Amino acid sequence: MSEKLTAKDYTTSQEVRWCPGCGDYAILRAVTTALANAEASRENTAFVSGIGCASRFPYYVDTYGFHTIHGRAPAIATGLKLANPELDVWVVTGDGDGLSIGGNHLMHALRRNVGLKILLFNNEIYGLTKGQYSPTSRIGTRSPSSPSGSVDSPISPGEFVMGAGGHFFARAIDTDKVGLGGVLEQVQAFTGTAFVEIFQNCIVYNENVFEGFTDRKTATETQLHLKHGEPMLFGKDNSKGISFNAESFALQVIDATANPDEVLVHDEGNAVLARLLIELNVPMALGVIYRQPAQAYEDAFYTHHSSRMQRKKSVAEVIAGPSSWSVPGS
Amino acid sequence: MNKNNDVESIVIRIAGDSGDGIQLMGTQFAASTALSGSDFATFPDYPAEIRAPLGSTFGVSAYQINLGGGPITTAGDAPDVLVAFNPAALKVSLPLLHKGALIIVNSDGFTSRNMTKAGYDSDPRDDGSLNDYQVVSADITRLNMEAVKEFGLSKSDSSRCKNFWALGLLLWMFDREDTPVEEWIHRRLASKPTMRDANIMALKSGHAYGETAELSASISQLHLPVAEMPEGQYRSITGADALALGLATAGELADVPVMFCSYPITPASPLLHHLSRLGDMAVGTFQAEDEIAAICAAIGASYGGMIGVTSSSGPGIALKTEAMGLAVNVELPLVIVNWQRGGPSTGLPTKTEQSDLYQAVYGRNADTPIPVLAAATSGDCFYMAIVATRIALRHMTPVILLADGYLSNAAEPWKIPDIKTLEAIEHNPVPEGTKAQDAQRVAFARDSQSFGRPWVTPGMPGLMHRIGGLEKDINTGHISYDPANHQAMTDLRRQKVESVADYIPDQAIEFGPDSGDVVVVGWGSTYGPIYQAVRRTGASFVHLRYINPLPRNLQALLSRFDKVLIPEMNTGQLCTVLRDKLCLQAISFSKVSGQPFLISELVEKIESLQNGAEE
Repeated sequence: MSEKLTAKDYTTSQEVRWCPGCGDYAILRAVTTALANAEASRENTAFVSGIGCASRFPYYVDTYGFHTIHGRAPAIATGLKLANPELDVWVVTGDGDGLSIGGNHLMHALRRNVGLKILLFNNEIYGLTKGQYSPTSRIGTRSPSSPSGSVDSPISPGEFVMGAGGHFFARAIDTDKVGLGGVLEQVQAFTGTAFVEIFQNCIVYNENVFEGFTDRKTATETQLHLKHGEPMLFGKDNSKGISFNAESFALQVIDATANPDEVLVHDEGNAVLARLLIELNVPMALGVIYRQPAQAYEDAFYTHHSSRMQRKKSVAEVIAGPSSWSVPGS
Repeated sequence: MNKNNDVESIVIRIAGDSGDGIQLMGTQFAASTALSGSDFATFPDYPAEIRAPLGSTFGVSAYQINLGGGPITTAGDAPDVLVAFNPAALKVSLPLLHKGALIIVNSDGFTSRNMTKAGYDSDPRDDGSLNDYQVVSADITRLNMEAVKEFGLSKSDSSRCKNFWALGLLLWMFDREDTPVEEWIHRRLASKPTMRDANIMALKSGHAYGETAELSASISQLHLPVAEMPEGQYRSITGADALALGLATAGELADVPVMFCSYPITPASPLLHHLSRLGDMAVGTFQAEDEIAAICAAIGASYGGMIGVTSSSGPGIALKTEAMGLAVNVELPLVIVNWQRGGPSTGLPTKTEQSDLYQAVYGRNADTPIPVLAAATSGDCFYMAIVATRIALRHMTPVILLADGYLSNAAEPWKIPDIKTLEAIEHNPVPEGTKAQDAQRVAFARDSQSFGRPWVTPGMPGLMHRIGGLEKDINTGHISYDPANHQAMTDLRRQKVESVADYIPDQAIEFGPDSGDVVVVGWGSTYGPIYQAVRRTGASFVHLRYINPLPRNLQALLSRFDKVLIPEMNTGQLCTVLRDKLCLQAISFSKVSGQPFLISELVEKIESLQNGAEE
């Protein structure tokens, strides 16, 4: 077994049941490749998911896998991680599963900083239930349940993560092998909750909803690929840069060639910068936007536990309670 | 009440405002009763509000204790002694009392304002409404204030000591040492030396007050017989404490850590509190963000190889329902404890009821059978927690253990078991030398008798497999939408739960002849009052601890009686279940008042049936 495993070794023999052309295929390939690259131990890896198209994911990865119920994957994964902190626990969820029915669990996993690797496939639509608008759908989304356009404001996954006190937020595009692969590598190395929003194209119900920045023809002008410690540059020949506008208290695009000193350098540990980057629309910030390592929940749990969940005493030693008395035989 | 007598048993009720420290006073009195060798049973009866408006009748907090030579199995129908801290406490408790009962009133609490708040037009101490009782007035508030004056406490802090003053007086009445309580105060208030000393002073002053005369004209010391109990070491225990120890013991017997995941809810929270102190026994507690997360985290822990346990009360159990279905479908062990309370909705959170039986037996979507057990007494919670875990691990299934608000808080003397004599808890071994390509099949290779599958957990090499809520092939464990397979899996889930009956003891008759006129069938915390009622009437008593599935001999056993009476703190749910499962036509005796059954009302009902009444 000394032979190096390939992406194929992390793939089950199960027939994949996503629609042909679905962005999920590319994500599956990227994840199995990342597992192979990291030489991840298959028996010590578990994928936990909720309900929805994305949540079929565990069936296709040849590690341990648990396809649970709608929205609850972070809670089940928390219990699993507490029971066995040695495992690499991945959570695969979607915009409906993670941010609608399961928003509460997602929030609490993030604030606790449980050692989970959460991949949220955002396609801004409910796929498995046939196309209703989701909590990330833009206002005016026409769908079977909103024929004249949805009226609710969407939630931003990034702002949700920051608001919940998350410690790692990254973004990637399903078909961007390099970008997604790079992010997954960072996710694998992180010990707390690593959260990735993956823009996933639903070809049936919401095709090209992210075309504005995913189209390869215009990508150089619409995507900002972040690297910690490097200036935030994009555009043809990196001619454009991101700077801070103190008047509007927001980020702005500037001519990087003319004003090289004003271009901001990416600092993953800066929560204020992360929030500004999350709000940015053009270009779309991709890669690791925020990373601020902190003690993972399971580590705190075991550190504070009186016996680190080992059997230090028999119940026989404590069963008598604070006071007991003896009844003699007659 | 008899004066200066050696009495068999006596019922005391202490009542006051919810901020008066009544529950603490009662608990300490119970602890001192335990040490004196009397048998006892307690009934804490308190409002849902933490600090309800002062002097209001709905804010009355009470603690009732029945003590004596025993066997004592209920907190007693009618108090012989009432300690009333204010008019509201008197007003609420008076209808419960025996004629001739001794009432100790805190006369300082009987201000005109408080009397008005309690709904008294005139002072009940003077207007003749207490003529049937023996009333002793003591200025508890003032006497306590004087006793603790030297400590220079604020008025409110001084006033807070008055429960210990009253406890001192009660201890004197029963000729008890105040040393154990004093030691308890020392431990509890170690970090607040002034409050500690003031409370001890209050306790001693109350004791001295009884001793030095002022009361001896009206009351004198009572001597209760030591209860006849089997030889052994005993302690006082509540259901929550017993259930916590039972779960920890189950973990020890299985040699598997226990992960308890729950969300705070009345009256289930004491179990979380007790378990959070049992870390050294490989018990972990996780306070989840909600009820659903609690059961889901417990399922995750079970998936990871620990014994996952969750607990709640009816409304919280309702929220957990979908996840129970998941646990059934993926065949993972799980223990779900329901401390039932008065409902529906938020209902009566601090009052007891047993109206979640339908929910436990039938209350899930689809055909989703789950074994259902019920604990009979506080001490029984220990044993039923072990039984529940044993079934969960053997059959790889969630198990529901029903308890209730009464059991959670009620204390009783308990013979401490020798846990080394308890049978180990086994689960199905994971077969060795399995090929990776068979892992999915191996994970669902079920035992032919119990239908339990091997507990394959992430981290085990070569056995990577996938589980989920979708229907799966009965053999390969892969997703299957095949019609015949769904039928087979549905049958298998039913057979699995039915197979539990092969492992449980035959139903025994708890008390009385094994055939005859009337048999009373109980379940849960009605054990105590039914036990007393059948002793007084000569009826037989059958108490169910296993409700789904029922013991195999139950039908034959009950058929030997002319009439089956089922008293329940619901509208007849066990009656329905027995009609469903056994085609049995039982007579329901229903009480849904948030209060436990009185022995007298059960005696009356049984006697009417014995005298030929038909239903």
